[in-house]
Amino acid sequence: MKKTLALILVICMALATFGCAAQPATPAATEAPAAATAAVAETTAAPITIDFMNFSANEGGLLTLGIMKDLFEKENPNITVNIETFGYDTYSTQLQTRVGGGDAPDCFELGLDSFPSYVDQSAILPLGDLMAKSATDLSVLTEKSRDAFSINGTAYGMPYSYSTVVLIYNKDLFDQAGIAYPTNDWTWADADAAALKIKALGDDYYGLIQPISTYEFFKVVKQYGGSLLNDDNTAFTVNRSENVVALQRLCDNVLVSNICPSVEQRGSLDEWGVFKLGKTGMIVTGIWAFPSFTTDCAFNWDIAVEPGAVTKATHYFANGLCVSADSKNSEAAYKWIEFLATSEQVAQLRVQLGWELPCATYQSAMDQYALLTPPANRQAVFDSLQYVVPVPQIAQFSQMADILGAQLDAAANGTKSPQQALDDAQAELESAITLG
Amino acid sequence: MQKKRNNNLLVAAPFLAPSMIGFLVIAAIPFALSFAISFTSWSGIKGLHILTADFWQNNFVGIDNYAKILKSNEFWVSLLHVGYYMILYIPLMLVTSLAIAMLLNKPRKGTAFFRLLFYIPVLTSWVAGAIIWKWVLDPQYGILNDILARIGISGPAWLQDRNWAMVGIVLASVWKDMGFYGLIFLGGLKNINAQYYEAAQLDGAGKMQSFWKITLPMLTPMVFFVLIISLINSFMLFPQVMIMTNAGPAGATQVIVERIYKYGFSYYKMGYASALSWLLFLIVFLFTYLQQRLQKKWVNYDV
Repeated sequence: MKKTLALILVICMALATFGCAAQPATPAATEAPAAATAAVAETTAAPITIDFMNFSANEGGLLTLGIMKDLFEKENPNITVNIETFGYDTYSTQLQTRVGGGDAPDCFELGLDSFPSYVDQSAILPLGDLMAKSATDLSVLTEKSRDAFSINGTAYGMPYSYSTVVLIYNKDLFDQAGIAYPTNDWTWADADAAALKIKALGDDYYGLIQPISTYEFFKVVKQYGGSLLNDDNTAFTVNRSENVVALQRLCDNVLVSNICPSVEQRGSLDEWGVFKLGKTGMIVTGIWAFPSFTTDCAFNWDIAVEPGAVTKATHYFANGLCVSADSKNSEAAYKWIEFLATSEQVAQLRVQLGWELPCATYQSAMDQYALLTPPANRQAVFDSLQYVVPVPQIAQFSQMADILGAQLDAAANGTKSPQQALDDAQAELESAITLG
Repeated sequence: MQKKRNNNLLVAAPFLAPSMIGFLVIAAIPFALSFAISFTSWSGIKGLHILTADFWQNNFVGIDNYAKILKSNEFWVSLLHVGYYMILYIPLMLVTSLAIAMLLNKPRKGTAFFRLLFYIPVLTSWVAGAIIWKWVLDPQYGILNDILARIGISGPAWLQDRNWAMVGIVLASVWKDMGFYGLIFLGGLKNINAQYYEAAQLDGAGKMQSFWKITLPMLTPMVFFVLIISLINSFMLFPQVMIMTNAGPAGATQVIVERIYKYGFSYYKMGYASALSWLLFLIVFLFTYLQQRLQKKWVNYDV
């Protein structure tokens, strides 16, 4: 009797536990009917829900993105957009886990640096067919931005927003030192000379903050006629003589003239933090610093196009919108990202909120942007776009950035000569990364 | 006899099931998957269809990942950095936590308060703790260099100096962990029979003698436990590195788990990262096994 009772109990418990274990499997079982309804949706406009993952709404943009979603859903009553927003720090891990786990969102935002990796792994859908079917005029998007999200002539992403890097300067310090403000045709020689005079204002003054990192360096070498990769991105050319000259100047500014604060001199303050103290003449940084500088700088500041050397080169960072290769609602997902990229209302909303610039060139939005101050010389943002160089389009960019970054650190703190650091970087990159 | 045993298993299984299922889903399946992935070139940004032939055709690389890791400079350098961390961290942590335990073992006013004080860092999240330490170790505005300056020492740039960055991380780690290990030692101290000390005193033993001849031998099981745990934890060194130095300056604080994370989630080489994890597991396993074997020589269990 006892035995049978125990046995019954055992069976009950086992069933209960397996019942629990079986639950997660049910969504998989219903997947097939879901796909069927999606197919029907095209013809009868049955409700579709698409998942959209992004990071750029994270800093104060949630409400605005909500307004954009409402606008879109009003135009497309059968589509519901489910927005998931993550902070930039965790975004790539979140997205990768979702995609790798076979649960990719229908569409998502990608930065230019991680974009080639996703294309390389065929994780995102080529947009050619969907673009051809669409009636929307895509010429409102700048050619540069469309090129940025194409690889070998195939479009993989809708350009969403972009930003660039400019020279921001402390007007008060320039006045105090009695020197003329930077202009768009300054070279580094002009900037360094001005920086020396500003440094002479006092012991804890610095002339210029220019980061020595991979993200900065790939652009600076272009100003010297160099490059980190060959033309078709099949070989590293990190230790080219032009690159060494570029790095030599950056290091000398820290170690010899010290117009640039060293990492030790900065301590736990970041570059922005040092500039905000008001004792640094100039800083080379992104236009996304404007809101923060507007609130935190107790001095007058303005901007100019970044100085160059042999030639000019400026940054072009962009975020694009992609459709997952696994999406079952790719058409609806495409509609949504196309709307975000090309709608005039969206462009205006972005500018109103001081979000990064829209890639769509609506005069109304641009006019609005140019009116915001500081900086007074907002035109320099647009002028910078004449000289942009893209982020190297290789799938292993992130690893490359870390390897080169460590060697640049070593050169910047004087443990290696620029030549040695770049030779070592070249060797390490060649052994760690297979290009092509 | 045989039959009875089976019966026991049948009864035990359902009771074990809830936690076993948790273990299977949360630990065992990922273990097995990562082992399988370690033989592939899977990037992590494509669906993982591990049961399809296609997946294996496209991604299988045999022991390539393992071979590449063992041949790479980076792996050995990262291990060396972990070794350096251990050499600094483990002795310092043992001494400080034992000292805390001895201090808290004496009945005085406010012991409970101090016990809490030493334990707060343990409860603090590493993110908060590491940010505090970044500030403490700031070369110009940090409190540590300020104190050093007052006694005439010009402190290093700590986290920005490649020779001192790891030392900075060790200091933060000792601060974080000493309360926890101190509590374990305190438990051990409370278990030592006071008669031993009385007997020693009668025989004319001094305080130092009592410590070396009674306290320390009686604490060896705790020391052993703390050694194993701290050794394993040292191999897993990660959050403080990510937040305080992000492997810098110039790669001076690059460590194994940091490499695993970067390869898996930043370089999109999940196969390589999985192989690294399994090598790390092997190393930890080996060390633990060795310690278990060696403990017979010095751990004293007869309390």
